[in-house]
Amino acid sequence: MDDLRYEILKYMEKQSRVNLGELAVMLGVDEVTVANEIADMEKQKIICGYHTLIDWDKTGIESVSALIEVRVTPQRNRGFDRLAERIYNYDEVHAVYLISGGYDLLVSMEGKTLKEVSHFVSERLSTIEGVIGTATYFILKKYKDHGTIMVPKKEEERMPVTP
Amino acid sequence: MRNPLSKKIVEIEPSGIRKFFDLVSEMEDAISLGVGEPDFDTPWRIREEGIFTLEKGRTFYTSNAGLQELRTEICSYLDRKIHVKYNPDTETLVTVGGSEAIDVALRCMLDPKDEVLIPQPCYVSYLPCAVMADGVPVVIPLQYDNEFKLTVEDLEKYVSPKTKVLIMPFPNNPTGSIMTKEDLEPVAEFVKEHDLYVLSDEIYSELTYKSEHVSIASLPGMRERTIVINGFSKGFAMTGWRLGYCCGPEAIIEQMIKLHQFAIMCAPTNSQYAAVEGLKNCAYEVEEMRKSYNQRRRFLLHEFARMQLECFEPFGAFYVFPSIQEFNMTSEKFANRLLHEEKVAVVPGTAFGACGEGFLRISYAYSLEDLKEALARLGYFIQRLRNER
Repeated sequence: MDDLRYEILKYMEKQSRVNLGELAVMLGVDEVTVANEIADMEKQKIICGYHTLIDWDKTGIESVSALIEVRVTPQRNRGFDRLAERIYNYDEVHAVYLISGGYDLLVSMEGKTLKEVSHFVSERLSTIEGVIGTATYFILKKYKDHGTIMVPKKEEERMPVTP
Repeated sequence: MRNPLSKKIVEIEPSGIRKFFDLVSEMEDAISLGVGEPDFDTPWRIREEGIFTLEKGRTFYTSNAGLQELRTEICSYLDRKIHVKYNPDTETLVTVGGSEAIDVALRCMLDPKDEVLIPQPCYVSYLPCAVMADGVPVVIPLQYDNEFKLTVEDLEKYVSPKTKVLIMPFPNNPTGSIMTKEDLEPVAEFVKEHDLYVLSDEIYSELTYKSEHVSIASLPGMRERTIVINGFSKGFAMTGWRLGYCCGPEAIIEQMIKLHQFAIMCAPTNSQYAAVEGLKNCAYEVEEMRKSYNQRRRFLLHEFARMQLECFEPFGAFYVFPSIQEFNMTSEKFANRLLHEEKVAVVPGTAFGACGEGFLRISYAYSLEDLKEALARLGYFIQRLRNER
């Protein structure tokens, strides 16, 4: 990958609400070039989407996040993919990863209440054919998410004028 | 009672920054672009190493010249970066910031009445340090038309038979100016011809945006006449750790170690261990900070162009040095009015020497959001001034 694309991605990974003109200035290229590169990367699915990082805790809206370890029996010819698909098709599932180590799939999901998540795990996940075990971990607090630290930033500590 | 004070010290002018600092401190919710240090926290690896060494109880003096391991890493770093080989045992001294190295080097090299050439605008310490070392500071005013680079024509005007030391403050604070190899070559020839020594303050060497930093020490015949000063404050975002170093000919460094030993003993032990980690494993972090400064630098210059504020493109440090000559007022007055009317603090160019008149130092060691807000306010202010005319 060329440097420009890399720099664009590095910037947008942290700041998807990008002002094309501004980004072009900062990278020292013209706006059209940046726009074309981004459009190309969208087409190639290098850029897969634009999301917003929300601290739901601050909204007062009840929600529960959980990480679920899932052990499965891989299927002949399909490996883990078919089972992963059956899991990731659920809207409440945010992420599914194939993991090395003591279990196979790591599922990240969100529900309104503990009960709703538990229900999903026991009724939906566990009953899928090929799933042989689950372990659910409820997230108590998010300190850092998507590279962003969720606690308030510290105030400016530098002296206002220094040589 | 007798006057307790030394005449020499009393006669040294206090820093012009100080006065302005007091003004800004009194102003609530001012946005400051006046800071001469990185906005980044020290990379976590380095901080973590500092914590670890404290836990281990590494809290004793180090050898006067600094930890052997740190000196070795410094020399291999300089070899990689400026392609000059120094002996960590005899040609390297770890100091309390680059500032101490400036002070100690001048004390070791000057006899009374020896002249020191100081190109201005520049960092505020060289001149008083030269005076404290009983030297005679000779200011070379650099020209905007040369993008504040030092030329042989400048040198010829100010050199005398008494000249002994030339200060080379590049990449430059406050102008952001750099000297390329081509710019340095004639200066090096001049130095050799006049049998001078060079104090090359390269504290901003990690922060250049066009080409790799070139040290004058790397030019033929210059290693034996140059003290290279550098440190961790700017490139590694470690200002508060107070750690710098210098490398140069053994005869000079030996005397510097002696002075350093009597005045300071050794640089902070904790900082020295942390710095080893910085030199070994933080090239990525340093590069990321450099990229970020460069983005802001481009943004700033673009905004200046939009508001038609005259500024040459500086390729080093984290400062821009726009001209305000069109407004027919002193830098100090401009900065004062900008502070009071728009609550934006910038440093008048005159804080870095009389030839900084007509210019402002604007630091871009700030987040893009802060820069945007400050520049918007600067834009209103300039528009108002233009309308007044």
